[in-house]
Amino acid sequence: MTVVQANSFTTISTTAAPPKRRRRSFVTLLFGDLTASCLTVLTGFLLLSFVPALNWAIIDATWVTTDPSTCRQGGACWAFILAKFRFIIFGTYPPDEQWRPLLVMALMLLMVLASLSPRLWGMKLLCAWGAVITAMLLLMWGGVMGLSPVPSSAWGGLPVTLLLALLSLGLGFPFAVMLALGRRSILPVPRLLAILTIELVRGLPLVGLLFVASILLPLLLPAGWSIDKLARTLAALTVFAAAYLAEVIRGGLQGVSPGQAEAAKALGIPSWKIIWHIVLPQALQKVIPPLTNTTIVMVKNTSLVLIVGVFDMLSAGRVAATDPQWPAPYVESYIFVAGIYFLICFGISNYSRWLESCVQARSYR
Amino acid sequence: MLTGLLDNRRFRSWAGQIVLLGGFAALILWLVTNTIENLDARGIKVGFDFLQRQANFPISESVLPYNPSDSFLWAYITGLGNTIFISLIAIFFSTLLGLIVGLARRSRHPLTAYLSGVFVTTARNMPLIVHLLFWYALATTMLPAPRQAYNPLPGVYLSLRGLYLPSVGFNGSGLAILLATTVVCLLAYLLWNRLRDRVYRAGLGRPVAAALIVLILSAVYIVVRTTGEVSTPEMRGFNFAGGFRLSSEFTALMVGLVIYTSAFIGEIIRGGIDAISAGQWEAGRAVGLSERHVLTKIVMPQALRIIIPPMTSQYLSTIKNTTLALAVGYPELGLVVGTVINQTGQALESIGILLAVFLTLSIAVSLFMNWYNAHVALVEAR
Repeated sequence: MTVVQANSFTTISTTAAPPKRRRRSFVTLLFGDLTASCLTVLTGFLLLSFVPALNWAIIDATWVTTDPSTCRQGGACWAFILAKFRFIIFGTYPPDEQWRPLLVMALMLLMVLASLSPRLWGMKLLCAWGAVITAMLLLMWGGVMGLSPVPSSAWGGLPVTLLLALLSLGLGFPFAVMLALGRRSILPVPRLLAILTIELVRGLPLVGLLFVASILLPLLLPAGWSIDKLARTLAALTVFAAAYLAEVIRGGLQGVSPGQAEAAKALGIPSWKIIWHIVLPQALQKVIPPLTNTTIVMVKNTSLVLIVGVFDMLSAGRVAATDPQWPAPYVESYIFVAGIYFLICFGISNYSRWLESCVQARSYR
Repeated sequence: MLTGLLDNRRFRSWAGQIVLLGGFAALILWLVTNTIENLDARGIKVGFDFLQRQANFPISESVLPYNPSDSFLWAYITGLGNTIFISLIAIFFSTLLGLIVGLARRSRHPLTAYLSGVFVTTARNMPLIVHLLFWYALATTMLPAPRQAYNPLPGVYLSLRGLYLPSVGFNGSGLAILLATTVVCLLAYLLWNRLRDRVYRAGLGRPVAAALIVLILSAVYIVVRTTGEVSTPEMRGFNFAGGFRLSSEFTALMVGLVIYTSAFIGEIIRGGIDAISAGQWEAGRAVGLSERHVLTKIVMPQALRIIIPPMTSQYLSTIKNTTLALAVGYPELGLVVGTVINQTGQALESIGILLAVFLTLSIAVSLFMNWYNAHVALVEAR
């Protein structure tokens, strides 16, 4: 008995290498114990319940049709999406001029691709963005260089969604920086004003702000001023974006060690230069990954403009489905629109993950 | 003299602040004078007198009793009641589903983890309003007519008219008995909480707990059977009669809101659990606790402190998100406000009420969650 114990003792001490990691086979993972088996059966049932939905969406679906009214025979009516594709993407923009919004989207895609790499970020890129946005708005509006004018009430679809997201973030950003700096200020007046603005906007639902913009703004401004609906909606989205961006930027400002500003002060650098050249660049670098999350939120939030009657992509999808020739294919229409939103947001979130890995690997620049 | 004053730091900061405050006040004053002029020009009278007038518009469903002869004030309160009602239900169910999703994503079971990952990615990357409109379209165009209604469980019917569930009605004495049973059950629970440790130490934990559950369930069953009138929905003519109806609007709103919110809550809970070091799990296992006990007794209480702050903002945004219900026509506060503005033109007051209510709700929830956070943090200090 004692011999055996002594033996086993020596065996253990000589083979003190770390235990081998047990490689589990797929079958053990799925049916290894009672819990795993139960989970497998449960998820199996869950997956099985999707079979009718897939059946509806693919096997029973009508992809091409000549007669809209017979389109939906037990399956999805994707022929509707093919027929209404242009309307959902471009809305009520005059059909002969739809190359213009197409060009706008191409420009936007080009600029986004050009701005992906952090190495290219700088003043030049910012100016390029400014120029491109001006060009995009001119293209949409027309009235210059022989382009026929198209009022903003006729704009619609995906370009409106993208422009609203881009402009609200772009216009909101400078305000956000000011609000964030104000909230971190040691002076009471800017601090209180910033806190009041940020908390007020963040405490309200976006629908409330859109109501204010679309119904109250005409009352608040002098009688002669008329601002079109798209601009009013943009104002609400900008205020909303500014408040949320401000909180993100504040996080970045808090992350910059106070020693940076103190050292600059000791060197006699004026305080606005300290903020502009020393504190802000470091703070903004830190918050770029969370800023992409705010971008996703804003892209999704532009869909709310449907409530105040702005013709974005979701509204276009809804209006397209009301066509009495088709068998009310709302579900198909929303799935299509949701798919486009998904592609945009999923793209941004993957980009954000890639950026974060960049941050972990090295600092920017 | 003047340059000396400008070089003075304190003077500059005070002058700057005064200018800022003055500018802000001037902006407000400008907006107010504009508004007064505009209102005069359009002949709109500002004031809350209209709240006492008869509303004269219907509200399709509500938690509080309402009919069109009630006042505008009561219409607002009814809308607010609906807002709070859907907020509470959405928060409850999405926390439950979010917990399942979050735990499933951490599961070692590949199928479960993958499925939950797909769910989170899909649900989070689409706008909430698209979720709502999709489910509403599904409920109003794709479901069968009442005659061919889906019947997934006995007494549950799903059709174009909404979701029908069995209900239990109580008459006067039945209600009293029900109340008494509830009180007895509550007392039993409190007593059980007191004695639980002693019972477990005596090794009688499981049998006693099982017996208690059986006892309570049979008590509820007997009470319902003898005094309540169970009403199951039945097809009569063109529609269902009896039972309890959830409208298509409500059902679509709840499904959309819960799916969207639970994806976010699932990620918050997963993040909280992931933040607890693996050593805690390993130590728990080494002590001989079961996997479930390690999770509920060791990891969860610590994860809760990380989870609560983001959960607060998630709950707040859920409350704010309920305003999107007006896209599917569920009469919450936003929809009532819209209707009142159409009817009376009292936009200033109505939107003011909407904003004030949501600010109050936001502040109330964050105060409550701060209190709860402090409560949880106190446990750590002990």
